[in-house]
Amino acid sequence: MPATVALAVARYRPEEEPAPTLQTYEVPFREDWVVLDALNYIKDRLDGSLSFRWSCRMGVCGSCGMKVNGTPVLTCAAFLSEHLPGPIRVEPLDYFPVVRDLVVDLSDFMRKLKKVKPWILREEEKPLAEGEYRQTPDQLDAYKQFSMCINCMLCYSACPIYGLEPSFIGPAAIALAQRYNMDSRDQGARERLEILSGYDGIWQCTFVGECTKVCPKNVDPAGAIQQYKLTSAVHWLKTLLPWGAR
Amino acid sequence: MGRPITPFLWLLFSVGGTVSALLFPVHLFLTGLAIPLGWIDPPRYEALIGLLRHPITRLYLFVIIAFPLVHWAHRFRYTLYDGLQIKHLTALIVVFCYGAALVGSAAAAYLLWNIP
Repeated sequence: MPATVALAVARYRPEEEPAPTLQTYEVPFREDWVVLDALNYIKDRLDGSLSFRWSCRMGVCGSCGMKVNGTPVLTCAAFLSEHLPGPIRVEPLDYFPVVRDLVVDLSDFMRKLKKVKPWILREEEKPLAEGEYRQTPDQLDAYKQFSMCINCMLCYSACPIYGLEPSFIGPAAIALAQRYNMDSRDQGARERLEILSGYDGIWQCTFVGECTKVCPKNVDPAGAIQQYKLTSAVHWLKTLLPWGAR
Repeated sequence: MGRPITPFLWLLFSVGGTVSALLFPVHLFLTGLAIPLGWIDPPRYEALIGLLRHPITRLYLFVIIAFPLVHWAHRFRYTLYDGLQIKHLTALIVVFCYGAALVGSAAAAYLLWNIP
């Protein structure tokens, strides 16, 4: 095992520099260090001006997503030992505007997420006195996988369609819409249909499948999208029937 | 995308994908491996032409030709869109892809219909 490892880190201040550049730092190599530890070492000991987001260090908060050697990963789960000999290239996620260095602007996703109404919609709330909405384990299983999303944006960075069609609602937002569509307590599927089946929705997806491959929580957004394509196509067939839903 | 025709094309695309994934391997195995390598006896010509004359066989052959053609058309359309990034030529691409699938399906239907 080497004593040190080199990290080539993307540096960029969009207001002052025309393009991102790579700056190389030599950090101690430790078996139990992940890329995020190395970045924190750089920030604490070598260069306090380096900017990146992180919070939990344990794959829960979804804020430390970056590209490591070209692949979108959570840097808190990317061991240095898996990327030897180095230099290990660390860059911001693709397709999002860079605020500074490794920090990207997620406003586009936030807008899209809101559009798919990722919360429980009820036609009518039942009175508090009637108690909670109960669910069987099977009903929970129907959507649980999609509810594991931590909004880390790795799937957007991996999606070539999002790169080509920035208006595409994208993998995580669709998976989260499906999380509520599949929830037995939710009655909002009809309300979400228009945006999900619309021009920027599921039909933009050509099932590349990279979103599912990079997802650190095994959410399978590609699966959610294909599942919804069938729902949408069946709905479309029903609209053709004289007694069908409009 | 997102136009009313999209779900329809996607359904045809899905049927084509399912048909090719499930049935092509069987035909490839029989006619590409098992018969040439002598694992099974080759069927006689009379038996084959007899089978081919049956309307259900013709319908079956039409299904495994026409739907996979549409599958190809749809897939190739998006390959051209995103792979070559020539989406601005949409009209041309759509006519070429689905047109080819349509012509191929029509040719298959014509030949299957006119089996002596």
